[in-house]
Parts: sequence; structure tokens; C-alpha cells
Amino acid sequence: MRRPPKDTEDSRRRITRRGLVLGGGMLGFMGVLAARMRYMQVDQAEQFRLLAEENRINIRLIPPARGLIFDRTGTPVAENAQNYRLVIVREDVGDLDETFAMLRKLVPLTDEDVERALREIRRRSPFVPVTIADQLAWKDVAEVAVNAPALPGVTPEVGLTRHYPLAHDFAHVVGYVGPVSDYDLGKLENPDPLLQIPKFQIGKVGFEAKEEDLLRGSAGTKRIEVNAGGRVMRELSRQEGKKGADIQLTIDHGLQNFVNARLAGESAAAVVLEVETGDILAISSAPSFDPNLFVRGISGKDYRSLTENDHRPLADKSVQGTYPPGSTFKLVTALAAHEAGVVTAGETIYCPGYKQLGTRRFHCWKRGGHGRVDLHGSLMHSCDVYYYELAERVGIDRISEMARRLGIGIRHDLPMSAVAEGLAPSKAWKQERYGEAWRVGDSLNAAIGQGYVLASPLQLAIMVSRVATGQMIRPRLIKSIDAVEQPIGTDGPLGVSPTTLSQIRKAMYAVSNARGGTAYASRLLPENMRFAGKTGTSQVRSVVVHNASVPWEHRDHALFVCFAPFDAPKIAVSVVIEHGGGGSAVAAPVARDIVARALHGDLPPLDIFPAGVRDSVAERFQSMPLRDRTGMPPVSDRA
Amino acid sequence: MSYLEYRVQTTPTGLSKLLYINWGLVLLLISVASVGFLMLYSVAGGSLQPWAEPQMKRFAIGMIGMFAIAMVPIHIWRNTAGLAYALSVMLLVAVEVMGSIGMGAQRWIEIGPIRLQPSEFTKIAVVMFLAAYYDWLDIRKVSRPLWVLIPLIIILLPTFLVLKQPDLGTAILLVAGGGILMFAAGVHWAYFAVVIASGVGLVSAVIESRGTPWQLIKDYQFRRIDTFLNPDSDPLGAGYHITQSKIALGSGGWAGRGFMQGTQSRLNFLPEKHTDFIFTTLAEEFGFVGAASLLTLYALIIVFCIASAVSNKDRFASLMTIGIAATFFLYFAVNMSMVMGMAPVVGVPLPLVSYGGSAMLVLLAAFGLVQSGHVHRPRERS
Repeated sequence: MRRPPKDTEDSRRRITRRGLVLGGGMLGFMGVLAARMRYMQVDQAEQFRLLAEENRINIRLIPPARGLIFDRTGTPVAENAQNYRLVIVREDVGDLDETFAMLRKLVPLTDEDVERALREIRRRSPFVPVTIADQLAWKDVAEVAVNAPALPGVTPEVGLTRHYPLAHDFAHVVGYVGPVSDYDLGKLENPDPLLQIPKFQIGKVGFEAKEEDLLRGSAGTKRIEVNAGGRVMRELSRQEGKKGADIQLTIDHGLQNFVNARLAGESAAAVVLEVETGDILAISSAPSFDPNLFVRGISGKDYRSLTENDHRPLADKSVQGTYPPGSTFKLVTALAAHEAGVVTAGETIYCPGYKQLGTRRFHCWKRGGHGRVDLHGSLMHSCDVYYYELAERVGIDRISEMARRLGIGIRHDLPMSAVAEGLAPSKAWKQERYGEAWRVGDSLNAAIGQGYVLASPLQLAIMVSRVATGQMIRPRLIKSIDAVEQPIGTDGPLGVSPTTLSQIRKAMYAVSNARGGTAYASRLLPENMRFAGKTGTSQVRSVVVHNASVPWEHRDHALFVCFAPFDAPKIAVSVVIEHGGGGSAVAAPVARDIVARALHGDLPPLDIFPAGVRDSVAERFQSMPLRDRTGMPPVSDRA
Repeated sequence: MSYLEYRVQTTPTGLSKLLYINWGLVLLLISVASVGFLMLYSVAGGSLQPWAEPQMKRFAIGMIGMFAIAMVPIHIWRNTAGLAYALSVMLLVAVEVMGSIGMGAQRWIEIGPIRLQPSEFTKIAVVMFLAAYYDWLDIRKVSRPLWVLIPLIIILLPTFLVLKQPDLGTAILLVAGGGILMFAAGVHWAYFAVVIASGVGLVSAVIESRGTPWQLIKDYQFRRIDTFLNPDSDPLGAGYHITQSKIALGSGGWAGRGFMQGTQSRLNFLPEKHTDFIFTTLAEEFGFVGAASLLTLYALIIVFCIASAVSNKDRFASLMTIGIAATFFLYFAVNMSMVMGMAPVVGVPLPLVSYGGSAMLVLLAAFGLVQSGHVHRPRERS
């Protein structure tokens, strides 16, 4: 190839010059790069290092174990059970369809479960564990574990979930927990970050809800390293949280179970208090429900069967339910009148079977009248006219004041849901509430626990324990928190003359121990078990009719309150049986059995009951759905 | 003076050519590639697979190719420059017609197991052809408009094809590399002033065209530019790459986090950590010291090439060496600017370090040409 000679020294110098300029330029730009590098890596290193740390480190919460709840004997009432669930990690699974087909043979899985799991799997990154099934039985988990080699990517996991081993017995007291909802979060001003954990369980109802702060504990944290996709690479450090406080209740689970069983079939409530301390030994509302259903997530069918039941299983009648206390309120009227000095214990009042007030006639429950009755007789026979007279003399305001002193019409501070205030009506109250003046007739109704007066079974038990001790004891539900004994509360002495109290107690003793007393049939024989009580029958409808012939929901409420033993009171009991009929016939035997069980400490022997009722008591005990049947008396052979 | 005007017998022949190879440059290339192997080993979590080992094999093949090319007399390369250019343009057309689709861009042709990326080859072919053109052209005509237009066409034809792929990175490298070569060849500086001015105009036009029917670049390219201008506006979306890259780089500090200790790359915060963003891993794990060392190696390669070029009396070899040095420079300058947040993300690998076959083989072939020019340079009898 021949080309003209054109390469001059000049061109070569130009190329050299330009080559050097270019080289210089390139090196110059490299200097700029180096300067930038230095600026970022040396001057700003701190800042970028921080950003890198923020990138890679996530802080995760470790949910604390919820505090346990025990009864007064140390038996667990609410515990944290291991909850077995199956999780699947998509990237470890071979054939997804095959895996699910195999799983369905081993574990009860509905189409819905599978559909939900598949949807979740599609939505998440392949390394994120997705829960397939929750709340599995150990048997199912074991099946899966055995078949693990054939099920790659499927692993059983264990977590904690609330479990109530005593199921129905403590449903109303302890309540239940459930996953935190948006509604729950909305209620809180400064929610605990723990609540953001999906499916974190918080107290929804009852003690679990009221003492949530104590039971929840505080979250621990762990610093974990994550990659860009959010996959956890390793744990860097861990700070354990604080477990929730363990709480011991004052309730005795054996007695609680007995009371529950004794009320079975009724729509009723009963409360047993220890009179000296105010400890609630048993507090029961029947029918009850299984709180474990709610923890798992109750089915629509189960929930409907609870809400549509006319015996209202979900309501806690022992503290939420308020009833006209009926004749049990005569204790209040008697105390108010005697303390006011408008009557003396020995003074007799004539009962012709009614009291005439203007044009209105107020009847005694006994049409023929009781004749002349004093304090003792009036309580023993539950004469109404005596109390009409007392009410007229003493006036409603002093009755109301006495009611509050005895614990009716004030809200007792208990960690349970919707503790009712009850109602001790006064003139001012009626004026405010209805804009009407109080009338003497209202006082007469109130005197026998009808009309406006309302009390919860808990308040009735408090009333009796205050009568029994002369002290304004406060009810106590928490015995200890993390083994620290809680103080016993009292509002000081009742401030009623001991003589009056003593006369009232004696009259109450006569109710259930003297022939002719309204609860004589329900007496207990041993000296150290004899109880002093008061029957009550409160009208649901104003017309007095024969109870057996009217529909259940129109029948009278049956009430009975008592303390025992009479000589040295230990316990106070109140029983309210909705639409049960008469207090002496229906409520008193229930209270008697509860007293016998409470004082004996176990299922009582039959010989403490009067011979005439032993068979029926034995039969009753046999048919009761008791948890522990030791000491069960044999059914007598009546053939 | 052209090589042909010297006596051929003064140039080395046979295996003795090996003595005249620029061994310093070879050593530098091996050093840079070794940095690459180390980083590929690191980003694979301390494993030769899947990147380090294939890269080593390719480097070995590339080195053999480099020596083979270096042994061939430089005038043969000059004479085949036109052919190489024609071939590269044809391949670009072929890729356009039958190329397979990868990453949303058609960039390679598969011939059996070989995946050929013609755009890489084009960069060198353009440099060769331009060098041959200026070797042939009378030095006095260099700045005449007609003779300026021809190299412009030589540059812009493949640029147009590459942009259609679309591969903005290669297009920038082609234009800038070709421009530098024209500058080196002695084209009057006024042309460059005009081109730069019109370049600014073009950029404005591109930006203006946004959203109109005659929009000049794709939406995703616009978004990359937005991201570059303000990466913090969308730190988890489009700005993610730049933000994470800067964090990785900056957090390296003075001496780095240590080999295989880079949290950003190890935890996958870095995108494309084995290819375009491998420099960030180096900077994170070896800090400013490591990053500056690599930059120094690159600088030395440039210095060696420029020194070889200016001392070479063969115009073709001299211009081609400058052109190849410029292309090499553009590779790492654009890549580093990009990962340091000084330039938009355009997809240019870090030369000899990033994982990838085509770029490495083509670059080593190019250095083979540089070596050929170095070995066969005209020598005066002493």
C-alpha cells in the first residue's frame, strides 16, 4: 500500500501535544474522582456509617409472657399454653400443591385454610414463614414432625397462647383475652408498641382487661441484622422483656366450682365473701361459658348460641346484674330505723295483713297478717307491714344512707367488668331522676326492697358481711401480685350500735334455725355450721300470682343472704336466682349447700343436713357437674 | 513519519517480540483484574462461584488473546480496521434484528454457548477505524469541514444503532471516545467548542421533549436522570440504587470494613453488586485506601498508554493507543462517577473488575492492539 509522505515533524508534535493534554485532562478528572472519594469516605464517613447501620439493623420486639392468674390455693386459673402451629416457607417447598395435599391427610385443614394460606404465600416474599394452621393438637403436630422429610419447608412452631384450664368456672371473673383490634388501639392514647404485633393477645373482658397493665409485662427487644429483602440474617443483641405480674386471686377454685355447679341450670348468681377480710371466695354467675372459645376466635354459631340464650351466659350477674333485693333489704330498713331511734327492738307493731296509706293499701305477703310482731319476729317471718311502718317513721333518706353504709348503691372498686352501682334511692335522687317528689308510698316499697331499690349479688354479700362483723369491709379480689400480699381494705366500723346489730343477727339466726323461720327447712344441723340468713322474693311483675303457672321470665326472683357460722362469722353468702320463685324455697337451699361446702372445705357429708332433705341433697350432689367428685356421698337406695 | 518509511528489519521479529511487550502495562492489567477477582469472591459471600472463577478463566483467555494480537504487526491491524468497523456495524444491525431480549434491552447475539455483545466490540472498532482514517488523511486536511464530517459519520452511525438498543452508556462512550480521538488527531479546537455547545443544546432539547410525542429518550431514562439529580426524592424507588451505593461507599471510611465485611453488599442493599456497582463493594470493604489504590492502578494504565502513544512515531498506533486509553478511561470515570452519585446511572461496567465476558475480552483485545503498536513501533537505528 503506497501512501504519500505526509507525516511531518509538525503533525507528530501536534499528536504528542494533544496526547499529553488529554492524559493531563484524564489525570485531572481522576483527581476529581479521588477528591470526591475522599470527601465521601473520610469527611462524611460517620454519617454514611450511621445510614448503613440503620439499613441493616432492625429492632424487633420480644413479646413478654403474660402474667399468670392463680386462685387462692395456687391452682392456675389462666396460664400460657403452648400453641402449636404449622408454618411454611415457600422457598424451601418443592411442589406446593403436593405439600398441601399431603398436609391435608395429616392435619385437619379446611379448603378455606388452604386458600388463605396460598393467598398469603403469593403475597409474601418466598422466605417469609406463613402460618398454615394454628391451635393444633399435639397429635397433629407430631404427625407432621414424623413426616417431616416428605414435607420440606413445613415446620411446626410453638408459641404461647392464653388458656383457661378451669374453663367455665372463672369465665366471668377472669374474662378472656383476644387479639388486639383497631378498636382497642383507638381507645388508647399512647399505645404500647407491643400492641402492633399481629395477633398480640390483650385482655378483652373481666379481670384480664381490668388488670391488663399488670398482666401484660413489658416488651423485650432484639437487634437483628436484616438484608435488603428484609430477611433476618442474625441476631446482634437481645434485651429480655419483663414478664407480666403473676396474680393470685382470693377465690377458691374448689368452692367456685361447687357454686357454679350448684347454680347449673338456673339463671343465677352467688357470691361468697370471707367476712373478716372481704376476700371473695367465690363469685359465680350462671350459666357460664368457656372463655377458651373466645381466645381461639369464637365461631358465629357458638357466639349466637351465647347471645340468643335467654339466660344470658355472657352477662356477669354477680356484679353487673342488679335486682330489687326484696325482703333481704329489710336488714337495711331495720338498721336504719333502730339507729334513728324511731322504734325499739322490743316494740311490737300490729300486722293485719296490710297497711293502709291514704287510699292505697300495701299488702303483707301473708294475706291474713302476722298479728303483733317485734324486730325479731318481723325478720324471722319476714313481715312486710312492720317495715312499712318503720319506713314511714324513719323516712327514705335515712334508709338510703344506711343502704350505702352497708354497701348498696355505691360502686365497689373491683377489677371486674362493668361493676354495677345498684341503687339506694333518696328524695333528691327521685327529684333529679324523674322530677317528681318522693312519696311515702315509695318509701314503703323501698322498705321491703321493691320499687326503686336495686342491688347486685355482690352488694348483698357485702351487706351481710358488714352486718355480721360491724365493720365496713371492702371486697378484695386480688390476694397477691407477684407474691406481694395486697392490703385488706376497710372503711372502718359500721357505726351501728352493737346491741341493734346483735338483735338483728339473732333474728337472722332464727330465720334459718328456729321453727317457723322462713328458711327453717334449709337449716344445717352442726353447731359450727349454723347460719343466720334472710330470705327475699322480689317481684318482677306487680301482680301477685302463683309462680308455677306463669312463664319463666315473669316469675319472681328468689334471693337469700346469710352469714355463717352464727357464733363466729367466717363467710357471707348471697344467692340470687332469677325468676326462681320464692327465696325460702329456691334460694335458701342453694345458700345452705354453699355454706356447707365452704365451711366443710370439701363436699359436705350428708349427716349435717336435716334427715328430711338428705335424699334430695344426695341426689342433687350426684347430678351436679362437679370437677372433683371426691367425697361424693353415695346415693341412698330408695327402692 | 509513517512506520513504512523506516526499515522493517529494525523491528523485532518472532518470539523476541515478547521482550518488547510493555510488561509494566501487563502487570497493571493483571493487578486490576486481580482486584476484580477478589471483589467477585467477596460479593459471592467468600466463594469462587458463581463469579470469580468464570471471570478468572475469561481473563486467562483474554490474556492469551492479548498476546496473540500483540504479536501481529500493527500495519495488519491498521489495514483490517475498516473491516472491523464494517463487521461491528453489521453485528449491531443483526442484534437489532434478531437479538435476544435481556433486561429490557437487546444487546447481544447468542451463537451457541457464546453470548456476543457487539456494542463492546464496536467501541474498539470505531477507535481503530478513526485511527486508520487519520493515519491515511493528509495532516493538513484534518480540520477541513468535509474531512471532519466523515469521522463524525463513522462515530454516529454505530452510536445511533446502540441508542436504539437502547444502551445509553455505550453511546456516551462511543461519542466521547471518538471525540477524544479526533481531538488527539489534531482537529481544530473550535469544532469541539461547537460540539459541546450543541451538546448542551441537545440536552436541553431532550429535556424539553419530555412528555411530547417526539420524546427523544425513553421514560425510564428520564427517570434515571431525575433520580440522579435528586436521589433522595425517592430513596426506596428509583433513587434506591444511588442512595444505597453512596451509603456503601461512604460507610467504608478510611480503611474500610474489612474483606467480606461490607454490610451493604453482603446484605444485598447494593444492586448489581457484581457488575456495575462492584466499586462500591471495594470502597466499602477496603475504604478510601482501597478505592484510591484502584484509581491509582487505573491512572498508571492511562499514563503507560499515553507515554507509549507519545513516544510512538507510528501515527496509527499512536492515535489508536490514545483512543483506547480514552475509552478505558471513560469506562471507569463514568462508572465511578455513577456510583459516587456524580453521574446518572447509565450502566457502564468498571473495566476489568466488573463481572462480564464481552467487556473484559474486548478490553484485553484492545490492550493487545496497544501492545502491538508498542512492540512494532518504528525504531531508528542506533
